[in-house]
Amino acid sequence: MVKKKKPEKTSIFLNGRLVGTHPDGKSLANRLRERRRMNELSSQVNIYYNRRLNELHILTDKGRVRRPYIVVEEGKSRLSPGVLARVKNNELSWNHLIKMGIIEYLDAQEEENSFVAISEDEITPEHTHLEVDPSNIFGVVAGILPYPEHNSSPRITMACAMAKQSLGIYTTNFAQRYDTRAYIMYYPQEPMVRTRLYKSLNMREKAAGQNCIVALTSYHGYNMADAIVVNRSSIDRGLHRVAMFKKYETEERMYPGGQKDTIELPTPEVVGYRGEEAYKHLAEDGIIIPESEVDGKQVLVGKTSPPRFLEEISVFGAVEEKKRESSLSLKSGEVGKVDSVMVTEGPSGNRLVKVRMRAIKTPEIGDKLASRHGQKGVIGLRVAQEDMPFTKSGITPDLIVNPHAIPSRMTAGHLLETMGGKAGALGGMLMDATAFSGNTEEQFKAILKKNGFDEYGEEVLYDGLTGRKITTKLFIGNIYYQRLHHMVSNKMHVRSRGPVQLLTHQPTEGRAREGGLRFGEMERDCLIGYGASMLIRERLLEESDKTTMNVCTDSGCIATPDYTQNKNYCRLSQSDNSEPVEMSYAFKLLLDEIQSLCIFPRIVLKDKS
Amino acid sequence: MKSKKETVQVPPFEAVGVIAAQSIGEPGTQMTMRTFHYAGVAEHVPTGLPRLIEIVDAKKEPKKAIIDIYLKSAYSRSRTEAEKVAKEISSVFVSDVATVEDDLEKLLIHIAYDEKDAKPQGITFNMLKKAMEQFSENPKIDGTTITINPAKEKTKETKTKTKTKKDKEDKKSKFTAKQVRRLTSKIRGAIVRGVPGVFKAVVIKGDEYFIRAGGFNIIGALEHPAVDPKRIYTNNIQELERVYGIEAARNSIVRETKDVLDMQGLYVDIRHIMLISDAMTYCGKIKSIGRHGLSGEKVGVLGRAAFEETIKHLINACAFAEEEKLIGVTENIIVGQTVPVGTGKIKLVMKTKKK
Repeated sequence: MVKKKKPEKTSIFLNGRLVGTHPDGKSLANRLRERRRMNELSSQVNIYYNRRLNELHILTDKGRVRRPYIVVEEGKSRLSPGVLARVKNNELSWNHLIKMGIIEYLDAQEEENSFVAISEDEITPEHTHLEVDPSNIFGVVAGILPYPEHNSSPRITMACAMAKQSLGIYTTNFAQRYDTRAYIMYYPQEPMVRTRLYKSLNMREKAAGQNCIVALTSYHGYNMADAIVVNRSSIDRGLHRVAMFKKYETEERMYPGGQKDTIELPTPEVVGYRGEEAYKHLAEDGIIIPESEVDGKQVLVGKTSPPRFLEEISVFGAVEEKKRESSLSLKSGEVGKVDSVMVTEGPSGNRLVKVRMRAIKTPEIGDKLASRHGQKGVIGLRVAQEDMPFTKSGITPDLIVNPHAIPSRMTAGHLLETMGGKAGALGGMLMDATAFSGNTEEQFKAILKKNGFDEYGEEVLYDGLTGRKITTKLFIGNIYYQRLHHMVSNKMHVRSRGPVQLLTHQPTEGRAREGGLRFGEMERDCLIGYGASMLIRERLLEESDKTTMNVCTDSGCIATPDYTQNKNYCRLSQSDNSEPVEMSYAFKLLLDEIQSLCIFPRIVLKDKS
Repeated sequence: MKSKKETVQVPPFEAVGVIAAQSIGEPGTQMTMRTFHYAGVAEHVPTGLPRLIEIVDAKKEPKKAIIDIYLKSAYSRSRTEAEKVAKEISSVFVSDVATVEDDLEKLLIHIAYDEKDAKPQGITFNMLKKAMEQFSENPKIDGTTITINPAKEKTKETKTKTKTKKDKEDKKSKFTAKQVRRLTSKIRGAIVRGVPGVFKAVVIKGDEYFIRAGGFNIIGALEHPAVDPKRIYTNNIQELERVYGIEAARNSIVRETKDVLDMQGLYVDIRHIMLISDAMTYCGKIKSIGRHGLSGEKVGVLGRAAFEETIKHLINACAFAEEEKLIGVTENIIVGQTVPVGTGKIKLVMKTKKK
């Protein structure tokens, strides 16, 4: 790197623009900051001094992310016990503290000039600021996680990602909204163990999970590899029950030429009429009646469109208008009730109908649950309450999680939260799990002990199937579990036969189109490696786009079938000598495409030897 | 009892190539994840996936060419002897032992012998002087500084040329500062001693002492009497092919590939690697795997078109009226026939009599 000579004078930049110079930038920066703290400068101004380039930046513009710090001077926090007492007495507010220069906001630039202590007792004379609370190093999502300081960092990342997928009450006006897809949990709960940030963000209004009794044990192998055994009776009582809302909409579109769609009950004369059964829930206006139960490919909104091409004038001289059916119907495989219907005007002024479907999703095998410690799993088995293990007081767990999930992932916070939940339930209080300063294990132990429980949270359980006492004490407690929006019922997909693509005659792709699973190039390579040529043929031809084409033996082209004479005729060689040849339709398409490149491919036939 | 040989034998119509490709490709995917994340190791000999790609693509020169020079037994026993040879082989540049400066005003070049740098490398002033002879026939020598006047040299050179009647004035003004600069950098890069293209020779102790150097000039290194010509090795496959022939190149592809995989702790049966290096070399020159090499030389039009540059292949096939005989696997899949591999190749040989 080219060494730049340090300029003698400090260049002063205001919002990135050079405005002048000063002999001593560092002291100027300090004086400016002092002014800000004395409330002579706006608290939103940030000052940054770059020693290497000898530049002083004064930043006042918008769009800078800033965060608060307590000002530290000469090794002492400006938030003195005296001030703190006044804050506690509600004499001083946050804004007062800013005006008094006790708290200031720094942006990313000024942070470079600061030396921040995380806790008050580590302050040295070099420190310039003090973190308001050590748990502030976490953001909004991570700040809600309980006991992150007891977990390994990758699990925290995962827990953050999963918290965003959890189902609860995402907004309180959900009944008025028409979201494309929305989930509402039936009985969401506030976690027994939560952080201070949870409270400040008012998350209890938007709770996304339930406190579950969780036992850490195995259950006949049904919770191996991160599966979860669930108490079916708990599910019947509404555990993790969720309603899924889905929006369907259709519009009366305008076509060039003044024609328009009409939302109505289609009559049997309409081209593409789907039969009476499909329209049975529709009212006279062609829109479905709310609360009717719909399944299969039934119609939600009946709609007819003008013909795609202008009809020929019939013999009688009148133009016969044949309408096309273009109703909005439920996607295949979906079921539910019509929650509500709305008729409005679309952005282009057309009549627009929105239908909100509702389906109850009770937890079933394969649905995903997760705690707030990156411990996710899918339901492996639903067990009746009477078959679940129980404690001497008759408590059965809601979930049984496999203990193998814990040691290798080092999520001690999961266990601590379980203990905290149990202690909180026994002591009748909510527990604080804020990072670095939450309730401690010792506190939980004391509460458990006081209530006559094992101080480590372990209990004797009895096998629900045999009634025998389980010889080991099992860890059981109360922990917040979230239901995540990955549900088998929205994902499962099979195909034995189904639609094919128009262009290639190969099976369609994707669940929405009832498609097949792609047998790709690498899979093909594997079969070649095995030498399983018959299997390749079956996958790539017989089960895909096999066709029989008549190939002209004279010209090598594909011959046209002439149905009137029951012959296959080749226009090129003017002959009808042709042989049927099995090939993939894609190959036929390839030949056509090659012809479009002005290349004439010829098929030379030979007897199979 | 079946003999060992029988159990090891490849069954007829086995798709050996595909299996070999997969066997090398699969660990390759694992290497992607690892090699790129080596932190802190800068300017290393490429290992892992980058090196594997180098080998398979038959690159003209590896990023870091290395020559292992084994010595004749007289030299390989003692470290001092080996180091002496190493010094003789390793090339020393003028800029390593002298400061070269140009005087653009007077159009002169000063080469100042730097004893401090030169002594440890065993370069004397006379050696430098000798090296300068190629640039100047009678350089001015002042103490340990050689001064070259390119203008003078140039006139001598041009004397022979000027017989074709050229302006005398033109000659003088012809020599510009730019040319002096160019000559200066040429002098800096000139070699005082050693084999051109061989640098940084280091003596390493294995079973014996041998020299490891960077560079690519094996022929130059071979000229040194102490070098054992039978055992010299370089990771530059192309050069090995030029000097020792295609068989040596094949063996070195196997060796280099194996080294890369071993270094990563991956095990691939050597026969897969051998098959691939055979495929790369069987025609007598090194072919890369890919569009410009192996895959580009497939017989079938459709097979080539399916791989890369579809339209180019189709149009060329059209221009030369190529016939697709449906020999390859890809071709048959495209057409929709049983592929001629494994089960699909087996046919009934006996024909029934025609009625």
